[in-house]
Amino acid sequence: MSGYVSGVLAIFCVNLVFAYGIFVTAAAGQINLGGAGFQAIGAYAAGWLASQLGLPIWLSIVAAAAVAALVGFLISFPVLRTRGVYMVLATFAFGEVVAGFLLHTDVFGGAMGMVVPFHIELWVLVVSAIAVMLASFYLMATRLGLAMRSVNDDEDAAIVMGVNVRAVQVAAFTIGGAFTGLSGALYALNFGFVEAQYFNALLSIFVLLYVLIGGTQTAWGPLAGTLFFTLLPELFRIGGSARYLIFGIVIVFMMALRPEGIVTRGLVRRLSFRGGAGGS
Amino acid sequence: MTGFAARDKGLGGHLPKAENSDPRRTRRRGGSCPARAMSDKPGLAGARIPLPGPAIAAAITLILITIGITVGGKVIAHQVVSGLLLGAIYMTVAVAFTLTIGVLNFLNFTIPTLFMLTGMVAWGLLSGGYLSLAGRGAWLAALACGVAVAVAASLLVERFTFRYLKMKHGDATEHAIPLVSSLGFLIIFENLVLISMGSDSQRFAVPFTADLHVAGIVIGVPQLVSCVLAVAVVAALNFVLRQTKVGRALRTIAENPDTASLLGVDVGRVVPVVFILTGLLAGVAGALFTVNYGDVSPYMGDNVGTKAIAAMVLGGVGSIWGAIAGGLVVGLAETLSIQFFGGDSVAMTVWGLVLAIIVLRPSGLFGGATIGKGKM
Repeated sequence: MSGYVSGVLAIFCVNLVFAYGIFVTAAAGQINLGGAGFQAIGAYAAGWLASQLGLPIWLSIVAAAAVAALVGFLISFPVLRTRGVYMVLATFAFGEVVAGFLLHTDVFGGAMGMVVPFHIELWVLVVSAIAVMLASFYLMATRLGLAMRSVNDDEDAAIVMGVNVRAVQVAAFTIGGAFTGLSGALYALNFGFVEAQYFNALLSIFVLLYVLIGGTQTAWGPLAGTLFFTLLPELFRIGGSARYLIFGIVIVFMMALRPEGIVTRGLVRRLSFRGGAGGS
Repeated sequence: MTGFAARDKGLGGHLPKAENSDPRRTRRRGGSCPARAMSDKPGLAGARIPLPGPAIAAAITLILITIGITVGGKVIAHQVVSGLLLGAIYMTVAVAFTLTIGVLNFLNFTIPTLFMLTGMVAWGLLSGGYLSLAGRGAWLAALACGVAVAVAASLLVERFTFRYLKMKHGDATEHAIPLVSSLGFLIIFENLVLISMGSDSQRFAVPFTADLHVAGIVIGVPQLVSCVLAVAVVAALNFVLRQTKVGRALRTIAENPDTASLLGVDVGRVVPVVFILTGLLAGVAGALFTVNYGDVSPYMGDNVGTKAIAAMVLGGVGSIWGAIAGGLVVGLAETLSIQFFGGDSVAMTVWGLVLAIIVLRPSGLFGGATIGKGKM
């Protein structure tokens, strides 16, 4: 495998885990525009635990995910007081605060960034990405996943049907935080260097686009969205800005043609039906 | 306040009751909720409370200036003044944000790029020598063209996000579609500029400099003029919303798009007005920024845009006077936190303030209680 392909694959895996983290909250109807903040927490936690406290690498990855999950759990209570535009803005503000804090804290290197003197192999990333993907599929098939879907579709109807909406939303934020933190840990340990400036608003916007373009109705969505966003720019590798231009145009047209994302519940049903019909 | 305001109360007055009695309406009719701030609500428009928004905003500003000057002396006073001048820019952009959210329940992410387009187009025209006919006034003509491009771009966004999606999918505000489309346009415009004009920061020379010395504080005349102009633009917008037929139609749409069209408002023709106003506000802010700080770059909108969002949230989403107060507060917070805690602390101060406001008082300083409940 050439360095180019493995580099693209590594970014793809990190982004996929990241996208599933945002997807879990989006599937429960909460738009999280502070993804970069959660990822930064995971990245810095993993890097700091591994290099400063000398924890084993696997343990620092798990701990980083746990820290991000805890932050997601704690931040969900104030954030869930808000709705709609306000929730988008609150999560956005959270991301900015985290980035600002890390930029300002000398323990984590401040504006100079933090060197992580460890390296995890590509297969760890691939295995983690597959595990997170399977976990998300499983989650969406459980009772909690069903409750999340119902909260997304109609919150009031969900309340009437006896769903504990607040608990579902808090759970979604916690799980989402864990996944996002995991993606940060993988990023930090694979690339060996983290800086606060990387975790900016644009990163949050892009990962939210992965999820919303991919579709939030089924767990296929983030996979489709991340493939779309990671591979399409590689195919369009014409020149730095021109490919992003095409990319923006594609986003606008995607929203016009498939507003619920690339993969919808209907598409999955139709595809599986056709597969069955073709066999008989 | 006026005849219009009094009559409009009939429309706005009974809506909260409907929302309370039927919680699903609050969610479904996302568009109606942010409207509260722009309808004739007591305390906001000053319909019932004798102290209107502008007076509160002016009072806050004055108090802050006084505290700054008495406590900190000349250095702080200078920071306060430059903070307010910067705040005027944030204020204008924040009003653009708050207008689209208030009327259309749409967080328009293209506003920072409209801001940037104005400066970059003006610079491109000037440096390319396209405006040599205008002679000494070329810089002014360039900025006017820049604002025109921003308005045109804003209309393009309207055409491909809002109108198209509304035609095809009914009420577009029910989905996150316009939000995502506007993010797409953000990427398009930014990279168009990058391709055509490069990524470097460029010098935009204005052929005059003049400083005023008031009680030992140096104030740049362009900054002062732009501050006044920003306030004038916002005041004009407020006049349009309150007193004109279009303004009334806009407020009706903000209350409830369906009712508005039942009452004979041509929603399809009035919505572009929001985008024209948005482009105008963002463009004027961009032009003022360019004149004040003398340089332009493809990324100049990012910082101002996020600060303006912060300002809008601080003041209360959907409230114009809130955006004004928020803009000034953010401008002040920025210069003062640089003064006291160093350059890196700005983001943390401003966004920490925003997060605290969202959590403690989600409606912001000036917003109504029911704002922001709509689904994106």
